[in-house]
Amino acid sequence: MTNIWSLMKKEIRAYFGSPIAYIVIFSFLLLAGYFFYNLVMYFNAQAMEMAQNPYYAQQINIHERVFLPMFGNLSIILIFVIPLLTMRLLAEEKKNGTDELLYTSPLSVSQIILGKYLAALVMLAIMLGLTALLSVFAFSLGNPELGPWLTGYLGLFLMGATFIAIGLFFSSLTENQIVAAVLTLMTLLLFLLLNWVSSLGSGSWRSVVSYLSFSDHFEDMLRGILDTKDIAYFLSFSLFGLFLAHSVLQSRRWR
Amino acid sequence: MIEVQELTKKYGELVAVRDLTFKVEAGRIWGLLGPNAAGKTTTMRVLTGYLPATSGRATVAGFDVFDKPDDVKRAIGYLPEVVPLYQDMTVSGYLGFVAEIKQVPKSRRKAAVARVIESAGLKDVSRRLIRNISRGFKQRVGIAQAMIHDPEVLVLDEPTIGLDPAQIREIRELIRGLRGEHTILLSTHILPEVTQVCDGVVIINEGRLMASGSLEELAASFEKTDGVLVRLRRGGAEEAALFRGLTGVGKVAVEGDEIRIEWSRGRDLHDDIARLALDKGLGLKEMRPVAGIEDLYMKIVSGGLQQ
Repeated sequence: MTNIWSLMKKEIRAYFGSPIAYIVIFSFLLLAGYFFYNLVMYFNAQAMEMAQNPYYAQQINIHERVFLPMFGNLSIILIFVIPLLTMRLLAEEKKNGTDELLYTSPLSVSQIILGKYLAALVMLAIMLGLTALLSVFAFSLGNPELGPWLTGYLGLFLMGATFIAIGLFFSSLTENQIVAAVLTLMTLLLFLLLNWVSSLGSGSWRSVVSYLSFSDHFEDMLRGILDTKDIAYFLSFSLFGLFLAHSVLQSRRWR
Repeated sequence: MIEVQELTKKYGELVAVRDLTFKVEAGRIWGLLGPNAAGKTTTMRVLTGYLPATSGRATVAGFDVFDKPDDVKRAIGYLPEVVPLYQDMTVSGYLGFVAEIKQVPKSRRKAAVARVIESAGLKDVSRRLIRNISRGFKQRVGIAQAMIHDPEVLVLDEPTIGLDPAQIREIRELIRGLRGEHTILLSTHILPEVTQVCDGVVIINEGRLMASGSLEELAASFEKTDGVLVRLRRGGAEEAALFRGLTGVGKVAVEGDEIRIEWSRGRDLHDDIARLALDKGLGLKEMRPVAGIEDLYMKIVSGGLQQ
């Protein structure tokens, strides 16, 4: 456990010791802020209009009109941002020969992978946590529902965690960070596309494909539904990614 | 302290190390000598648990490398060929991290970092970023990181490669200073490094053991003959024939501008050879002993000697 903790601290320090953390967090927040501002302004305009009619005024819902599209947008931004966070995790160690230090220390491969995974999760939590500050305005000036807001963030976090596991796997395959980032991005986009592909199919084919895509599971959580099926999906997907990365590292040493 | 038995490592078809057997006793400095691509790095990677062997056994500090890798890793300090440095860390930050993953107890970490900074001579650069320090200091940081958990055994892969002569001397002195406290195996392709720093040597070539033992043992077993190299004002076949006429002289050969004169062990012909050169007015410029181990190594590297 202390080993994982040491590695995690080192990775987080490495993130902030290079420009990458600042650039990623800055661009993520910039985009999040832009979307939030637009959505709130649009919501305001709509709310003004609807206030004329008491019937519609009852219907207007800040969660549906601001947070739902906001979380949707954030999930897309994560697809582009996460590969930048994960690309260096294992590829850089290999490139610099520092993996030799790790493997000749009393550390197991799973500890190395978990340490790095947790460090990236912390980065994700920081990024999402900072966007949550935007919601403070919404909560102080309006009365959004807390439940769906929380499950929405949980969904974002779980999805990001899955992306990170996939990114970690691709980082284990190569010593070139660009290759790792591009492969991760392509894979994440492919899974995003699965959702659209599934709407073209029919029958069991369709349900299999749509089960595999991220969006279906994510959308449930956005609407405030906390289903073990969705949580299990993200957790097992993450574990699968970590398992693959573990196998790659293990096999490299035995070749 | 280090024992290797019939170690073989294959990368697919390529055999990097074949049936290697040698032993290093506790508290001594042993050199792993061989030309490039002889299998030195592979051997060290197997010993340190970075790579598994294809077959054979190796024990370090009493632990089997394959059965008890974590115990071995705790007992070994390792400087890989490419010094594993994180460029964005400070020297002391880096050493602190290595202390953590080498499982130095938290209460002793600070002292451990201070100790290796002191003994590797890193005081002046301890707060600087690793990317900004010189090659020589980077190498010292590499050695410091290997010593951080005060291991019984140090495995140093080419510790002086890429350094300037002054730095090489400093690093060699640093290593010599560790004799007694640690058992050290260092690899090199430079023979003087072995003769200056080490107590014994394992010579390998193309993955095979060529010779091993303490320097004295090797010198004794390989020099059945004694000899000198003589440099004259003009040294040719004519002069060589003169030396051949001396009583007791064995082989005489012209090697470039030097004449090699050998005789069987037990005699001492130095005076006779010098007297002859002076009497005949040959213009004696230099006379030096044939270096046994140097010869041996040259023969091995040039492929002239098989096991």
